[in-house]
Amino acid sequence: MTAMNPFDWKRAAGAAVAALVALGGLWLAFAVYAAGQPLLALGALALIGAGLYVYVSRAALAWRYLFPGVMGMLLFVLFPLVYTMWIGFTNYSSTHLLSQARVKAYLLEQTVPDEEHSLEFTLHPEGKELRLVLAPYEAASGAQRFISPPLRLKGDKSETAAMTALPADAALAPALATREVLAHRDALMALKLAMPDQRVLGYAGVHEFGPSAAVWRANADGSLTRLDDQKTYVPNEAEGFYIAADGDRLQPGYKVAVGLANYARMLADQEFRGPFISIFVWTVVFAALSVALSLAIGCTLAVLLNWEALRFRTLYRTLLFLPYAVPGFISILVFKGLFNQNFGEINGILNAVFGIKPAWFADPLLARTMMVVVNTWLGYPYFLVLCTGLLKAIPVDLYEASAIAGAKPLTNFFKITAPLIVKPLSPLIISAFAYNFNNFVLVSLLTNGRPDFLNTKIPAGTTDILVSYTYRIAFLDSGQNFGLAAAISTVIFFLVALLSFANLRVAARNARK
Amino acid sequence: MAIVTGKNQRWRVLGAHAFLIALLVVTLFPLAAVVSISLRPGNFANGSLIPREISLEHWKLALGMDVTSADGVVVHPPFPVLRWLWNSVKVATIASALIVAISTTAAYAFARLRFAFKMPILNGMLLLQMFPPVLALVAIYAIFETIGNYVPALGLETHGGLIVAYLGGVATHVWTIRGYFETIPVEIEECAKVDGASHFQAFLRVLLPMAVPILMVVFVLAFVGTIIEYPVASILLREETNLTLAVGSKYYLADQKYLWGDFSAAAVLSGLPITLVFLAAQRWIVSGLTAGGVKE
Repeated sequence: MTAMNPFDWKRAAGAAVAALVALGGLWLAFAVYAAGQPLLALGALALIGAGLYVYVSRAALAWRYLFPGVMGMLLFVLFPLVYTMWIGFTNYSSTHLLSQARVKAYLLEQTVPDEEHSLEFTLHPEGKELRLVLAPYEAASGAQRFISPPLRLKGDKSETAAMTALPADAALAPALATREVLAHRDALMALKLAMPDQRVLGYAGVHEFGPSAAVWRANADGSLTRLDDQKTYVPNEAEGFYIAADGDRLQPGYKVAVGLANYARMLADQEFRGPFISIFVWTVVFAALSVALSLAIGCTLAVLLNWEALRFRTLYRTLLFLPYAVPGFISILVFKGLFNQNFGEINGILNAVFGIKPAWFADPLLARTMMVVVNTWLGYPYFLVLCTGLLKAIPVDLYEASAIAGAKPLTNFFKITAPLIVKPLSPLIISAFAYNFNNFVLVSLLTNGRPDFLNTKIPAGTTDILVSYTYRIAFLDSGQNFGLAAAISTVIFFLVALLSFANLRVAARNARK
Repeated sequence: MAIVTGKNQRWRVLGAHAFLIALLVVTLFPLAAVVSISLRPGNFANGSLIPREISLEHWKLALGMDVTSADGVVVHPPFPVLRWLWNSVKVATIASALIVAISTTAAYAFARLRFAFKMPILNGMLLLQMFPPVLALVAIYAIFETIGNYVPALGLETHGGLIVAYLGGVATHVWTIRGYFETIPVEIEECAKVDGASHFQAFLRVLLPMAVPILMVVFVLAFVGTIIEYPVASILLREETNLTLAVGSKYYLADQKYLWGDFSAAAVLSGLPITLVFLAAQRWIVSGLTAGGVKE
């Protein structure tokens, strides 16, 4: 078979795949564009275009390998960071969820039933289906009636039925009783009736269908007028609301840029600043204490377990490593249960020995203590492993020399061991600090930030750290204030960036020496 | 060792053992307690560490079986633990496989190919990785809500979306694999190319088979990392049957419905396999821990 070169088949298949991707991409971009999101459509188009170029063109060989990884990072790491910063400059929240265009469209779609022109309806079974008949209220026998085609009236999918005039002498099955009509209520509410005179009627009550009238009228200057009382609402770009002359704000509000308002709130709003600053201080204290204690315990253990006179060292090391191997979400919850005031084992023991039952979750100081204790339990194996590795690199003859000089173990540790491991440890200590600074999982699963500060405008917890506080503002009990949460997140970005910078500087300095 | 030991030595050894054992007790107590509690009857039982009365009710509930209590009341399993475990394993397996594929190809480019801005791109990726996704949860939520409007299979409340969200965290894996690729002599691939292999064939048929060990390591690391991931999963998934284990487990200890015994059984059941995987992978995880600080 020389006529069929297999290479050509491959190329053809490649071209077909590329064409399919291009078509799919265009379709998606068009769908996004049609939904009124031109910027997003442009982004999708650029992404797919870049992908196609990379895989079709011969010039971009290296990028064929890089594209998925780099795109993943750009889309799901870099873009969220940038987007978060942007949200921090807006009033995005549960009361300002949509864009102005969407809010306007939503308001203009609002209707009220027009009761004067409503018609009474009845349902008449026909086989397994139903026919809907419309008649004027208290109709004389000669009044014009209308009938729908047979309808299933199940579920709540929206549907339009074309009504036709019903001859006065037509025979119909007896109408359903009100109770049976109510069983079809969901389907009826989603049903629209197209009348022969082009009017469209919607469900207007248990017995009636009627035309509906718009609530709002759009004016040329962008304002909206409510038709029943002729009150005009003007969009206010600073506040993200349609506002009437008398100051009445129309719900829902819409998303607008508010500049530095969220940041100003952090610094200037008395009621917000108090808890914010205590949370910030606690975050630093918590991270520092956690690292210091884990480091102290981990390194002490590493030094002990490096001592050759000691037996069972491997067994000790394996068992002491366990807290690191158990998934964090399980061990944190286990501690939550063990510290429970009434049913927990820890208070069981304390009660039996000392006769006390501390309220670990209700008292701020105890809750914070518990947090540090649990985090030290979780964190010391990391430093145990790190220090063990670093100790192995210290030459033994240093200790032999010090033994000749008659040094005691503590002297050995502070004069030989500590100075030698501090330098390689320092970048790791900084990254451990950064990790605990953002240790969301611990707070979220152990205390959820509770107990709360009293008398704060936005709920804030005494055991909250910055990152769990932003989560709370954004997703939990504080009215989903995404803008404010994103502004605090941006502050954390800069702190993390500072820590990373310090980390790199220290690592580079170590590498040079 | 040639160091002469003094007469204090024996006391020091004994003291060290005492200290280590005391610490072991503190370390292992929570783990032993949770096993013990999972075997005690009832959800509020206090008792000794070795249960006086062994009851399998919590284990049956964790395994999805109904339990009939002494007074004839049938207790249904409070949460679909096995379903959560399955969700977790499914998401972690698919995400890790994709992460390995993405980071392997990218690592190949960084190790073998020449292109503009190579080191800035790699350093940029590593730098970005220092910002944990938990800081951008609001944006991630908004992004997946938007994606879901157009591609429902990748929106909120889908495992597809969660998997895609995990694909951003590849920088450290790229770094690890690239380091391994650089230890493999490039001549072997060049020979293959002389024999007529294309770039991609040399990568797929020659380099990859030699790199299988590191790919397995990265798979395990990615698997452990995704299966214990909590923040992103907790905002993308809310429906009970949809949750992963990391998100679902906390509902056992809600204030209004405190199921300590049931939680313990579920925790041991689901935590044990993950712990074993972690212990098996301990060596590599530990070398990964230090990789960030001591580069090359």
